[in-house]
Amino acid sequence: MNTILKVLKYQARDAVRSRWLIAYAFFFMLVTEGLLRFSGDPAKAQLSLISVVLFLVPLVSIVFGTVYLYNAREFIELLLAQPVNRRQMFGGVYLGLMIPLASAFVCGLGAPFVLRGIGASMDGALIVLLLAGVILTCIFTAIATLIAIRCEDRLRGLGAAIGIWMSFTVVYDGFVLFILAVFSNNSLEHVSLGLMLANPIDIARVAMLLRFDGAAMMGYTGAVFLDFFGTAQGALVTLAALVLWMFAPVMLGLRAFQRKDF
Amino acid sequence: MTQPMISMRGLSKTFGALNVLRSVNLDVRRGRVMAVVGPNGAGKTTLIKALLGLTHPDAGEIVIDGVPAGRSESYRARIGYMPQIARYPENLSGAELTTMLRDLRGPSATLDLELVGTFGLETALEKPLRVLSGGTRQKVNAVMAFLFSPDVLVLDEPTAGLDPLSSSMLKDKILASRGEGKTVLVTSHIMNELEELADDVAFLLEGRATFVGTLDELKRITGQHSLERAIAMMMRRGWIKEAA
Repeated sequence: MNTILKVLKYQARDAVRSRWLIAYAFFFMLVTEGLLRFSGDPAKAQLSLISVVLFLVPLVSIVFGTVYLYNAREFIELLLAQPVNRRQMFGGVYLGLMIPLASAFVCGLGAPFVLRGIGASMDGALIVLLLAGVILTCIFTAIATLIAIRCEDRLRGLGAAIGIWMSFTVVYDGFVLFILAVFSNNSLEHVSLGLMLANPIDIARVAMLLRFDGAAMMGYTGAVFLDFFGTAQGALVTLAALVLWMFAPVMLGLRAFQRKDF
Repeated sequence: MTQPMISMRGLSKTFGALNVLRSVNLDVRRGRVMAVVGPNGAGKTTLIKALLGLTHPDAGEIVIDGVPAGRSESYRARIGYMPQIARYPENLSGAELTTMLRDLRGPSATLDLELVGTFGLETALEKPLRVLSGGTRQKVNAVMAFLFSPDVLVLDEPTAGLDPLSSSMLKDKILASRGEGKTVLVTSHIMNELEELADDVAFLLEGRATFVGTLDELKRITGQHSLERAIAMMMRRGWIKEAA
């Protein structure tokens, strides 16, 4: 436990001073501020922010994460040569990356709302937006960690990072559309539900849109989702899927880290 | 004979089809400097990484001062490691880095900051590591290896990138540490440097420790007067043996 906190402390101190991380926070602040000014309506601004969050948070988390860890490779070796436990070292490295990224996101997006005195009053919509971003940060930094540990070649690792991000955003949507189009004769509620749960970005999207009463915009499928999410069982399944998405890459990363020959 | 400080028995490691270490037996005696030499790809780095627990050997055992390594990480508290490549988090200062290592190691009786004075690093330690030159970073690297007055020093190409003055100061420090009874394992491509430092030599060739003994012994059996000539001869002979 101690080692986790110590590694976390110094690594976070390093990451927070990174120009890229500061730029990331600043970007979210600018976009949020801009949307708030132009729409004049916090609810509308939040709705527009959904797409920005879904697009940018996974991308920055996975790319910044892999690049950072490849650069820290020799340093991690030096730390592992100290009397530290690998399991705890992994915890420190992962959290030391994830927490600064999540904080940059929360501060950047949250600041303009807080400055306007808009907090939790908005039916929790802002909270859901921030929470979704933080969960996506957890998931995609964990995937970044897994890539950086498993893949020795940094160019291939970076390629894998961008490839994974693209498959969850662009390719996956195309795949879902294809399935729905080909099997359009059958009833597809359950298939589309299953497909949604297999993609963390989709889960976040649906959860946010439902929160924003945007389900109406999603037509028939939206109604199915609303139905599903409304039930306790549906909420539970979604939560379980998210938790699985948060823990599976971390556990795989830990296992790879413990076995790795540096 | 007293128990060796470091003892490796039957150490083997393969990476895919490559046998990087083939049943290496090696003893490093207490209070001596051992040079690990051999051509590129002979397994020097893997040997050091196995000693530090960075690489998991497929077979064999490493014992540090009678305690088997690999059972717990605590044995590494006795080792100071100076890696070959000094790459650190860009936005931390050298001073933050040393506090981090102190935090990780826990309370330590004595901190050896002699090299900070020797190298005149007082101001450089306050700057972010990214603005330091390669040579200065290598000096910070050296400071951290000696910081906790460890019983064992593992130095991978310690003088790489250092100017002659700094390099000779570091060598003085290594010899002084030996004088204090510390055990040193060192690699270098500069044979003259090792000749100056080493009491013992371990020659690695294609994953085997083909010679382990004193420097004088090596010179005697090869009939050469310098370490460089002796190693060159070993490499040539080894190559002929492999070809035949």
